[in-house]
Amino acid sequence: MSFDVFADPAIFLVQLLNATQQGLLLFLIASGLTLIFGIMGIINLAHGSFYMVGAYAAYAVAEATGSFWLALPIGVAAGIALGYVLERLLFRFFYERDHLYQVLLTFGLILIFEEVRGMMFGEDTHRALTPEALDFSIPLLGVQSYPAYRLAISVICLLVALGLYLLISRTRLGMMIRAGAYNREMVQALGINITFVYAAVFGLGTGLAALAGLLEAPVASVEPGISGRYLIISFVVVVIGGIGSVKGAFYGALLIGFVDTFAKVIVPEAAGMSVYLLMAAVLLWRPTGLFGRPA
Amino acid sequence: MSETLLRTDTLSKSFGGLRAVSDVSLEFPVGLLHAVIGPNGAGKTTLINMLSGDLKPSSGAIYLNGENIAGLRADQVSKKGVGRSYQKTNILAEMTALENVRLAAQSRVGGGLGLITAVKRRGDLIDRAHAALERVGLRAADDRPASALSHGEQRQLEIAMTLATEPNVLLLDEPLAGMGPEETERMVALLRSLVAGHAVVLVEHDMDVVFSVADRLTVMVNGAVLESGSPQAIRASAVVREAYLGEDEDDA
Amino acid sequence: MIGATTTDNGANGLVRLFLLVGLGVFALFPLVGSTFYVQLGTKVMVFAILAMSLNLLVGFTGLVSLGHAAFFGIAAYSVYFFTPGFTAASVWWTLPAAVGLAGLAALVIGALSLRTKGIFFLMVTLAFGQMVFFLFHDTPIGGSPDGVYVNAVPTFDALGIDLPELRDRYQLIEGGARAPFTLYYVTLACMLAVYAFLAVLLRSLFGHVIKGIRVNEHRMRALGYPVYGYKLASFVIAGLLGGLAGYLWAVQSLFVNPELAGWHMSAEILLMVILGGMGTIYGPILGALALEALRELAEIAIEYGVTASNAIGLTEMDPHRAATDYYLLVEGVVIIAIVIVLPRGLSGLIEDLAAYLRSGRRSAKGEAEQAT
Repeated sequence: MSFDVFADPAIFLVQLLNATQQGLLLFLIASGLTLIFGIMGIINLAHGSFYMVGAYAAYAVAEATGSFWLALPIGVAAGIALGYVLERLLFRFFYERDHLYQVLLTFGLILIFEEVRGMMFGEDTHRALTPEALDFSIPLLGVQSYPAYRLAISVICLLVALGLYLLISRTRLGMMIRAGAYNREMVQALGINITFVYAAVFGLGTGLAALAGLLEAPVASVEPGISGRYLIISFVVVVIGGIGSVKGAFYGALLIGFVDTFAKVIVPEAAGMSVYLLMAAVLLWRPTGLFGRPA
Repeated sequence: MSETLLRTDTLSKSFGGLRAVSDVSLEFPVGLLHAVIGPNGAGKTTLINMLSGDLKPSSGAIYLNGENIAGLRADQVSKKGVGRSYQKTNILAEMTALENVRLAAQSRVGGGLGLITAVKRRGDLIDRAHAALERVGLRAADDRPASALSHGEQRQLEIAMTLATEPNVLLLDEPLAGMGPEETERMVALLRSLVAGHAVVLVEHDMDVVFSVADRLTVMVNGAVLESGSPQAIRASAVVREAYLGEDEDDA
Repeated sequence: MIGATTTDNGANGLVRLFLLVGLGVFALFPLVGSTFYVQLGTKVMVFAILAMSLNLLVGFTGLVSLGHAAFFGIAAYSVYFFTPGFTAASVWWTLPAAVGLAGLAALVIGALSLRTKGIFFLMVTLAFGQMVFFLFHDTPIGGSPDGVYVNAVPTFDALGIDLPELRDRYQLIEGGARAPFTLYYVTLACMLAVYAFLAVLLRSLFGHVIKGIRVNEHRMRALGYPVYGYKLASFVIAGLLGGLAGYLWAVQSLFVNPELAGWHMSAEILLMVILGGMGTIYGPILGALALEALRELAEIAIEYGVTASNAIGLTEMDPHRAATDYYLLVEGVVIIAIVIVLPRGLSGLIEDLAAYLRSGRRSAKGEAEQAT
C-alpha cells in the first residue's frame, strides 16, 4: 500500500484528472445501460460491444481518412443504427421475457460481435490517431504535463451529460423517457408511441456507448476483447446508482472512476476488487442503489 | 363476552407525507367477525397489511395475546397464528390445489429445513391438507392445477391455505371480490362457519353481505376510524350515513 | 413463467428408460473412446455437475445467478492452495476443505446478494463473481493472472488401498495405452451422487418449499416461511455442489486460471442449464453434453467448410485455425436460436416427446378397446 500519490500535488492532480475522465466515459456507457434497463427492462450484456464498435470505427475511419473528427459522427451513427436495428430485429421480442433469456441472447450477441470484429480487423492491437489540433500537452503546476486531448475527452463528456440532462428534463422525448422509467404501463396507457420511444432509447444508449469508444480510442488501445473493458463495471455503476436513474449513473460513474483510479495507485493488488467491494457496501446500505426507488 | 385476541393501539402508517392509516385502535376478539368497511383509499388494506406483517407500521402497536407484534415480518406473524387471504388471488398457480394447501400445512412443521424428509412420507400433512380442502368444499379439486380452477374456487383455495396454517386470527381481504351470486352464498356460509374459534377480520365492499355476516363493523374514512359498533348501530349512525352510506345509496 | 413445472421429477417410464440408456452410454464409453475423448467425457461430466448445481437455483428456486462460476473457481483454486509444492495432499481432507470454502463463499455472497431481487440479484451476483475473478487475477493469492499449475494430484487412499491410476494419470496418458479411467469413473460416480442428492432434496419438505418460493415468494412468506433463509440454504447447497465440480476440474486439468471464476464461465453454465432445460434434474447434463458436442461438431464443420472453399479457390485459410477462430460465431448463433425456438431446452423436448408417445399409446389403446 502506498499513499505517495497524495505527497506530490502535481501527481495528485494528474490522477484526479484521470479519475474524472474515466468516470465521465463510464457515465456515457452506463447511462445508456441504465436507460435501457429502466425503460425496457432489458439486461443487455452486449452493451460493451457498442463501445467496441465506436473504438474500431475511430481507428478505421481515422486510418482511412486521416481525420478523427470525421470518425466521430460516423462511429456514433454506426452505434445508433446498429442499436436501432437490433432493437427492431431482436430485443423487442424479449421485453416480456425473463431476464434469463435476455442474458443468454445478449451473451450470444457478444460472441458474434467479437468474431465479426476478428474477421474484419484481425487480432492485432491498434490505436486511433489523436486529433492533430489537440495533440499537445498542457503544463501542470510546472512539473507535470497533461495531454490536451485527455482534457478534451472530459469536456466533451460533460457537454454530452449536459445535453442528456436537457433532453430528459426539457423535451417531449425526455418526458416520455422519464415516464417510461417510472412506470411502463402508465406510458402505454397514456397512448404514447411506445415503439418509437423504445427504439429511440435503444439507439440513444448504444450511440452513447459508441461515443465512449470513439473518444477513448486515441488514448487506449483498440484491441480484441475491449467490449468487455467497461461492461461489468458499468453494470456496477447502474447497480450503485439505481436502475433507470441517469442521475444515479452520473454520480455512480464518477464515484467508480475515483475509487478505481486511486485504488490502482494506492493498493494495486486489490484495485480490481475495490469497485465490487464498494458496490457490496452500497447495497448493504441501500439495496436499490443510491438513486433507485425503494422496492 | 370473549377474550380479545388481537388489538391495535393508535396504529398509523404514512407513505411519504401521506397518512394512509392514522391512530387506529381496534379490538378483535375470538368468536367475532369484525368487518372493516369504507370507501376506496380509506386505508382498509393498509390496515390489514400491517396486521399481517406485510407492511411495517409507522407508529402504534399491534397486540396479539398481549404481545406487541408490530414490526415483525409476515412469516413471523404467520407463525404466531395470524393467517390471511389477499384481495388479489394469491396462490401457487402452477401447483395443484392439494400441493398449495399441503405447503400451507407444512409451514407448521417444526424443526430444521427438512432437507431429507420426503414429503410423501409425511402423510399427516396430506391429511391436514385434505381436511382444509374439505372444509372449504374443494375436496374434489385435489389434483387440479390451481391455475385451472374457477375464480371462485381459487378464492376458496386461498382460504383453505390460510386455514391449513391453523391460525387463531383470520385476516380476509375482500374474499368475495369478483364472485357470482351462488359463489358468494357459499363463501358467506363458509365465513360464518369460521367464526367459531377464530378472530375474523373481514375487509369487504359488498354492503349487503357485510351487514348480514358481520358481528361488528368498523367504518374507516381517510385512514381513520369514523365509527365502530354493531351493524344496527352503524346503520343508525348519522355520521356514517352522511359520510359514506348515504353516497352509496344514492349511487344505487 | 420460467423454470420447473412443479409436478415433474417423478420422471415417467419413457424418460426413465432414456436416462438409463444414457447412464449405460456414460458407463461404457471409456471402453470405446480414445484417451482424448475420455478426458473430454470427464470434462463434460464436471460441467454437468456444475450446471446441475446452478439449476437448483435457476430452475427450482427461481434465482437467476450470474456469478455461479465463483464457487467453481474457488474450489478449483483450493486444490492449488492445498498442494503448494510437489507433495500430493490427501483427497480426504482437500475435498471437504475445497468444497467447504466454496460453501463458505456462497454463504457470504448469498447473504448479501439475497437482500436484492430479480434483475438486481442477477447483477449483484455477476459483480461478486467478478470480485472473486479479480481476487485470483490481481492479488498474490492467485499466483499469476495467466493461471497456475497444480503440481501434484491429490492422493486417494481408501482402506489402505492406493488407487494408483488416479495418482499416475500422467504416465497413463503419455503411455497412451489406457485412458485415464479412474478419474472418469470417479467423476461419473460424483455426477450420479449429485443427481441422487438433488432427487432426494427436491422431493423433500425443503424441496417443496423452494419450488413454492419460485412460483410465489410472497405467498410463501405469508404462509409463515422465512423465505430469505430458504433461499440462502439453496444458494449455499448450490455453492457446495459447484465446489465439488471445481475440485474435480482442478484434479482433471491440473491447471487453474482466474477465468474459471469469471462471468463468461457463469454465462456458459447458465447456457448449459437453458440448453438442457431447467425443468428437470437431468436437463443440465444434456446441456453440458450438447454444448461440448456442438463445439466439436462446429469445429469439424468449419474445418471441412474452409477446406472445401479453399479447394475451389474462394478462401485461403488454414482450416484448423479457422475452426478454433470461428467456433464462437457458431456458438453465438446457436445460443440465440435456442433462446428463440427452444426456451425449455432439450429436456423440454424429451418430456414433450414422452408425453406425446404416452398419450398416443393411451389413445391407441382406447381405440383398440372401442374396436373390440
